Amino acid sequence: MPVFEAIKLAFQTLRTQKLKSAFTLLGVCIGVMFLITVVSIVEGMGRYLKEDLVGKLIPLNSFELRSRPNINIGDVDRSVWEEYRRRPKLEIGDIGPVRDVLPFGTKTAIVSNGSVDVSSTEGGKPRRMQVQAVDGDYFEIKSLGVKVGRPPSAQELERGEKVVVIGLDAAERLFPSLNAIGRDVKLGGIPYEVIGVAEPQGKVFGMSFDNFIVAPWRSQARRLLNSKPNEVDGMLIQSANEQGIPEAQEATRAVMRARRHLRPAQKDNFAMESSESALAFWNKIQGYLVMAGIALPAIGLVVGAIVIMNIMLVAVSQRTSEIGVRKALGAKRRDILSQFLIESAVLGTLGSAIGVVLGLVLAQVIAMTTPLPASVAPWSIFLGIAIGAGVGIISGVYPASRASLLDPIAALRQE
Amino acid sequence: MIEASDEIGLSTTGERRAVVDAPGTAPTKDWVIVTRNLQRQYDMGGEIVRALRGVDIAIRRNEYVAIMGPSGSGKSTFMNLIGCLDTPNAGEYWLNGLLVSTMSDDALARVRNKEIGFVFQTFNLLPRATALQNVELPLVYAGISASERHKRAAEALDSVQLGQRHHHRPNELSGGQRQRVAIARALVNRPSILLADEPTGNLDSQTSEEIMRVFESLSTQGQTVVMVTHEPDIAAHAKRVVVLRDGLLSSDERRDQFAAKLGIDVAGAH
Repeated sequence: MPVFEAIKLAFQTLRTQKLKSAFTLLGVCIGVMFLITVVSIVEGMGRYLKEDLVGKLIPLNSFELRSRPNINIGDVDRSVWEEYRRRPKLEIGDIGPVRDVLPFGTKTAIVSNGSVDVSSTEGGKPRRMQVQAVDGDYFEIKSLGVKVGRPPSAQELERGEKVVVIGLDAAERLFPSLNAIGRDVKLGGIPYEVIGVAEPQGKVFGMSFDNFIVAPWRSQARRLLNSKPNEVDGMLIQSANEQGIPEAQEATRAVMRARRHLRPAQKDNFAMESSESALAFWNKIQGYLVMAGIALPAIGLVVGAIVIMNIMLVAVSQRTSEIGVRKALGAKRRDILSQFLIESAVLGTLGSAIGVVLGLVLAQVIAMTTPLPASVAPWSIFLGIAIGAGVGIISGVYPASRASLLDPIAALRQE
Repeated sequence: MIEASDEIGLSTTGERRAVVDAPGTAPTKDWVIVTRNLQRQYDMGGEIVRALRGVDIAIRRNEYVAIMGPSGSGKSTFMNLIGCLDTPNAGEYWLNGLLVSTMSDDALARVRNKEIGFVFQTFNLLPRATALQNVELPLVYAGISASERHKRAAEALDSVQLGQRHHHRPNELSGGQRQRVAIARALVNRPSILLADEPTGNLDSQTSEEIMRVFESLSTQGQTVVMVTHEPDIAAHAKRVVVLRDGLLSSDERRDQFAAKLGIDVAGAH
């Protein structure tokens, strides 16, 4: 019997036994459903981390020169932490020499950040907020647009004027339902005028990125963030394009190693954080997460396979007279074998197709109701369906071979 | 108890003996079934049961033969061998010039498909398929294309007066109609023999007569018919009655001879 005929026959048989078929493919369906959901969420998290989280923290084609890495996705060894803390901090004197060796077209900025108690004349008691004290091309590198008002001018930054740009959430909390522009916030008791409100930056895992205040580094604000007045937390360096990054990093490294008097054998006692380094840990664990996401539903699939095999065995024993008739009419052993093998393959594929659809739906539901993101990974759809077909075929081998070996005379004797 | 030089069915005793007594030689094409010393035994838990002990039979094309015998006579075993569902332990079976007694399973399946048209007592139709799909089944295993299959199956159903019932399922048909679907299925691949096993066993007497009329009409049109039955009334419809007993041929008679022995009234004998 040609394969196409057998597939048509399989669908015909399934259609006449809808309830039994539904139960048969339940195991495969559920297994694949969870597989797709988990993979979608892991993919979603990966994409989110790469594009949204890290993309927000580390702008395109840039890296940040710091004493130690800022973003640590995952656990860091205690001894590593100790070493991080011992490292000397970046200082304002490092900035000029580094800038001098960077290729033409590279943008630079400096930033010191931390949490500070902030109050305003309208908002009641002081709140802890993120404050960044910056200089240089900070707003350009970070693509930090200003929705209302304007960013600080180069002169205001140079002179350390007491002006700030605040985030949307910060504006809402400090000046509820008011226009923040022109009003004052107090940083460490000193009033700063709000000259701009930033564009919304969004949320990551439910945490708001709009709750910040940007002040000039050369103002007194930096004293609230660093213990020494010439300390800088980080220097942002943005190349004109992706190809320029390695050159810029090497030049920076050379300058910093010289300034820190490091011998060739000694490792760097500073960090240059790009999106790659930040994501290194995620990339490492993503593989394991996906494997777990496949291994666990695999258990469900084993159950599904056993279910299919058992129900096919029952089907074969119930249809012995049908098998006998087919053989009497000229069906060869391999015709019967392929008939039942294709039937269970169709069951498996159908179950996994439904599981894929349900899995995608479930992933969307999770994405909409929890902070977890979901993103469809096309490879998981093909994998899910292939697994379903494979499970169907493997679990159908034994029942199909039993069917093919039936003696037609004995089979016909049964009613 | 085989009478000499008697014409029974379409062959004489002498002709049949000549064919049977030539082991190893292929019979000519006008002999559809030739068995020589056909034997079949079963191992029933250590004990050997000899179901057929050496049956010689020759059936010419277009004969209408009934095979009778009490239970234990070996007639079911004989039918399974004739139908190529089983192979003998010893002896030869020539079907339409082919030595099938030594064929492999796959080869036998092909022979069944092409040469044998089965009609069973319990009809053995696929319950979830329509009449047309049931009749098509032998053509599916013969590798015929779908459109050609539909055409031939429809023609077969028309020939047994079921032209209006192509898309009915078996549970929507009466017993007589189901058996006619089975007959159409048996004939659709133009087999050498129509092999019927108790074809009227599940039918009332009126419907049984109906089916017997179909068989007669098929025989008139040239089909070779072999019918296994334990009912003498039904056997008397055939033109030749072979009786098996204890695994051997017991008698081989014309219809009128057989009917007279049993006192059966046979209309228009021979």
